[in-house]
Amino acid sequence: MKVNILAFGIARDILGKSEADVELRDGNTIEELKQMLLQKHPKFADLASLSFAVNEEYRKDDFHLSEGDEVVIIPPVSGG
Amino acid sequence: MNNIDVQIKNAFLVEKECHDFVAHRGAGGIAVFVGTVRDQTKGKNVVRLEFESYEPMAVKEMKKIAQTVKDQWQALKVSMHHRIGILGIGEIAVIIAVSTPHRKAAFEACEYAIDTLKETVPIWKKEVFEDGEVWVAAHP
Repeated sequence: MKVNILAFGIARDILGKSEADVELRDGNTIEELKQMLLQKHPKFADLASLSFAVNEEYRKDDFHLSEGDEVVIIPPVSGG
Repeated sequence: MNNIDVQIKNAFLVEKECHDFVAHRGAGGIAVFVGTVRDQTKGKNVVRLEFESYEPMAVKEMKKIAQTVKDQWQALKVSMHHRIGILGIGEIAVIIAVSTPHRKAAFEACEYAIDTLKETVPIWKKEVFEDGEVWVAAHP
């Protein structure tokens, strides 16, 4: 299955782009996506936190992804 | 939900807009927090800040905060504006206004709103110095 990844802030710098399509196995969770990202881009491991949102809601690492989901990599937020 | 006003703007923020929105006949007090761009961080001169957001989710998260403020502090009206884009020193990055029947709740609710915004709302800030730049809070 294919999911659409968006990256903001330092996550975009590490990924090297603001958007990417990632191929995952059916039923994969955020955890699997995270491991894939960490393997390809070890700098993600240096961040103070690494969260994910699916279709505009924060989701935990055991959340199952579905074809066509919009997944956003959320590095430490710093609004205000 | 016309008692809640949440906006992300790529333009100057105006305190009066938030203040006017929360005005209410039942209000005994209005607390307004204005967050501005400081000229230095740990002794290093800041040239400018660059804010970006994942806007649809940022608006959703800010609305959740505003709703909690209404529920927990019996706020009458809540206004939250956050700016994105490039900001110079002294410019306003965020405004939060809350009206409540009694003043204590207004102060508390306003503090809760800005503290929570900094923790949950997907907005990121880059500090640009004379000799480099850094995404704020990115690294431990």
